[in-house]
Amino acid sequence: MDTMDFSFTRQAAAFLIVCSCLCVSAEVSTPAGVTLLPPVQPENGPQSYPNAKKSNLPVFTINYSRIQIPFEITLWMLLASFAKVGFHVYHKITIWVPESCLLISIGLIVGGIMYSVHEEPPAVLSNSVFFLYILPPMISIFSSGLLLKCIKTSSSPFSVQVFWFAVVGTLWNSIGIGISLFGICQIEAFGVQDINLQENLLFASIISAVDPVAVLTVFEDVSVNEQLYIVVFGECLFNDAVTVVLYNMFSFVAEMPVVEPVDVFLGMARFLVVGLGGMGFGILFGFVASFTTRFTSKVREIEPLFIFMYSYLAYLVAELFAISSIMAIVCCALTMKYYVEENVSQRSCTTIRHVVKMLSSISETVIFFFLGVVTITTEHEWNWGYLLFTLLFAFIWRSLGVLVLIPIINPFRTIPLNLKDQFGLAYGGLRGAISFALAFTLPESIVRKHLFVTATIAVILFTVFLQGISIRPLIELINVRRTNRKEDLINVEIHRRMMEHTMTGIEDICGQWSHFYWKDKFMKFNNRFLRRILIRDSRPESGIVALYKKLELQNAMEILDSVSGDISSAPAIVSLHEEKKGSAKPMKKFLAKDLNNMHNILSKNMYSIRQRTVAYTNKHALPNESQNREILIRRHSSIRRSFRPGSFQSTVPKSQKYFSLPPGQSLGSKFPSARQSYADDHEATSEVGYPLRLPQSNHPRCSTSGAVMPLHRLNTLNEFPSVEVLNEKSPSHSASQDSSLPDCHFSTNNNSSADDLRNEEGEEQRPLPPSPALVAEPRNNTHGNPLLRRPQWNQKK
Amino acid sequence: MYFLHKRCYRNAVKPVCEQKSLLPLNIQPQTEKCSFPVFFLFLVVEQVKHTPTCVLPLRCRKENLENIPALAENPIKNQIIEAFFDKRNQHGNEVGSFQEIGFEQFVMVMSHFRPPNLKTTKEEKQEMRKEKLRFLFNMHDTDGDGIITLQEYRKVVEELLSNSGAMDQDAAHEIADAAMLEVASTNVPQMSPEDHYEGITFQHFEQILKDLEMETRMFIRFLDVDTTTMHCGKATS
Repeated sequence: MDTMDFSFTRQAAAFLIVCSCLCVSAEVSTPAGVTLLPPVQPENGPQSYPNAKKSNLPVFTINYSRIQIPFEITLWMLLASFAKVGFHVYHKITIWVPESCLLISIGLIVGGIMYSVHEEPPAVLSNSVFFLYILPPMISIFSSGLLLKCIKTSSSPFSVQVFWFAVVGTLWNSIGIGISLFGICQIEAFGVQDINLQENLLFASIISAVDPVAVLTVFEDVSVNEQLYIVVFGECLFNDAVTVVLYNMFSFVAEMPVVEPVDVFLGMARFLVVGLGGMGFGILFGFVASFTTRFTSKVREIEPLFIFMYSYLAYLVAELFAISSIMAIVCCALTMKYYVEENVSQRSCTTIRHVVKMLSSISETVIFFFLGVVTITTEHEWNWGYLLFTLLFAFIWRSLGVLVLIPIINPFRTIPLNLKDQFGLAYGGLRGAISFALAFTLPESIVRKHLFVTATIAVILFTVFLQGISIRPLIELINVRRTNRKEDLINVEIHRRMMEHTMTGIEDICGQWSHFYWKDKFMKFNNRFLRRILIRDSRPESGIVALYKKLELQNAMEILDSVSGDISSAPAIVSLHEEKKGSAKPMKKFLAKDLNNMHNILSKNMYSIRQRTVAYTNKHALPNESQNREILIRRHSSIRRSFRPGSFQSTVPKSQKYFSLPPGQSLGSKFPSARQSYADDHEATSEVGYPLRLPQSNHPRCSTSGAVMPLHRLNTLNEFPSVEVLNEKSPSHSASQDSSLPDCHFSTNNNSSADDLRNEEGEEQRPLPPSPALVAEPRNNTHGNPLLRRPQWNQKK
Repeated sequence: MYFLHKRCYRNAVKPVCEQKSLLPLNIQPQTEKCSFPVFFLFLVVEQVKHTPTCVLPLRCRKENLENIPALAENPIKNQIIEAFFDKRNQHGNEVGSFQEIGFEQFVMVMSHFRPPNLKTTKEEKQEMRKEKLRFLFNMHDTDGDGIITLQEYRKVVEELLSNSGAMDQDAAHEIADAAMLEVASTNVPQMSPEDHYEGITFQHFEQILKDLEMETRMFIRFLDVDTTTMHCGKATS
């Protein structure tokens, strides 16, 4: 383990050097222009103008002071984004080292350079800038999709426990750390007696904000169990809100000379008002936004704008009343997510998602980057005692909090969190951007501001680097319960529905109403009133139908994806796939004009097959049903392969035998592994199975079809590449595809791709049934037109 | 253990005790003012049973359950009601269905929905999961032959979808077919062309739902517990 880590860190270090070289070059090329100029202008700004005194018209003027602030901000963002691009050149590094670590490292390097040339970092981060411009997008990422996913996947009472841990846990942390630090301050040896209790509490509230991004990425990657994930997630979400509330409160209190007991109660009351008020505003604005989008069908271009403006408005209004703006924006986003998505077009949805993602990642990047820079350039007040004790207390109180608070809620949980989960929870307490930003924007009136900033940075660096890097190996080591969250099976959806109804029904019979009852009531209310008001086309859609449609569309989309040479749609789809990797299961979005194509392809491919399966599941057996299934599966696999044409080449030797297996498992989430294993089994058994079955079959047609069977596989395999080529040639053809398939296919089969050839070779190496006729026949058919078979089957049926 | 709502107890037990003539009868879950949940009535009667005046146990028929107003909108109402009268859900080996059930049978059915607690071991959890799956399976398998046929499956899906109104029957059938195909392809990979997939057996049912988390879903936890006023003599686990 250690050696691995070591070798890895060396690798990382090597990469970092490369990265930093890149960045230095970027630094030289971009901010150099900035760094040279700024000393000239702030005072001399007007003096760059004196050219004008001369009578003739200036041909060339420089007015840097005018653009200085936005210019520098842009350059900073660009630099940070370059750094981010750099990490992903070699993707393995981001698996092992959290991105925040890397960003901070780069920031440190840049800061070192700036320090050596005595350059001040720009004032990107002032109090109002942070709260008004950087925080909202950072928050919005969480609400954008993750939370809803969590709510969807678990019907367990979500909110209470999450709230418990987020609110009580954060309070626990802040107060615990604050008071113990106050105790430390009383020790004379450290020389910090001047820090009073309020300031300690303020500081504690700053460093109890947990940064979710790093932990959640790790959790998602190793797919820890849902419960743990949700608790951590909810903690991160609400903890920010609680922290900011506490921060505001304490920073107010810290300036008061004397604190009276009444103030404590007022503080508590205020805490409630701030939290609930924020929620209320958020939901209100969410409804208003949903209602607005009901009427935007004619002006699709500005739909995303509405969404952003309303959430930002919610944020600002909440700020106006000095209530929790984070809560407001989160609740607003949640409400909107629920209703708006059905009102706006697919295109707008994609836009919104992308913009939110972009904004949040930019602000996050900038903050971490900035953290690195500031660590070097700002003046520090070192006080080892205070610093070390801060680190210690931050860790101890978090662990204690988990150990004490979790057993309290465990009895109320359906699945209690065990010790391993608790360890994951305690260890996942990384501090991040919010802490830093809050510390950095502390008012100057606090005497020991520099000490606080230093201590905060120390805590952040410590947790992000040490815990962030080691959490993944640790979680894998202690083997925290995992979950597999792939619920794309139709059956699963049906039965989940069934269970819900059953539980509601039984509760009705018993006369006991627990959360199923309330869920049911809410859904009824929702369907009856809210949806009718807020959604344009408000037919309640059953989850099953939705899933079914989604699956079908997904299939179609994959076909289309592999097919389309349409440039306009390509980038969107590609980026969506990347997004898919990142967040586990976003709904697929389509460009509207592609929908028709999809439906056409669907009706040609999927529908007919499904129709026939009706027959075969009936008592009347259909002789060549396996072909149908074959097609379905074959199609999936070939789609999967065509997803990653690059990887196909390399995996051919391995998959010669199981030629239809997907080259990588990475797409497994889309097609549940059950199906994969099915394909696997099937391939493995079919080699034996078909020849064996052959003599038994006395049905004439069956015997022939049995003989042809292996070659059908071949055909269906070819089916896809050929359709691809076909559609590339004539995308508009897809409507008339069925009729044109045979002729087209002849042409395409001639110039069939290398993949196909390779596959056929692989196929022929398979131990086929020894009969010469059998061997001969596949050959015939591969030379013949594979796709011709499909119409044939239809006729047979 | 089963508990009752305190307020309900006050409102209902007293009247029941006062008119003892009420007892040997079919229960009427609906009275003019409030509709008594069946379970509640059962408990009341079980309590009253121990008083010397009334000894006859309460029986419950299908009609009684059907009259529960809250149940009216449930799309799979029939299956739920059937489940209570199904002998397969009595943890015995019997097949068939009861005409009327008593408290014991009712509790047996309800026992499928025990929530797990901290002390339940892994094996017990597995067992509970299996029980719950079995319960679900029985709800699907209406004719009791141990196989969910396509017709049965279709019917369920249709009922599940009947809420959403606009759905036509074909779509429901399609979905059921697709789901059936899914089961078939997952479970019987090496199916030869002559075979046909008869239907979902319990093993296949378990297999297809193995990823579905049941623990958080199929359980009833009684809120408003009030141990002092009410606990039932029939305290099963």
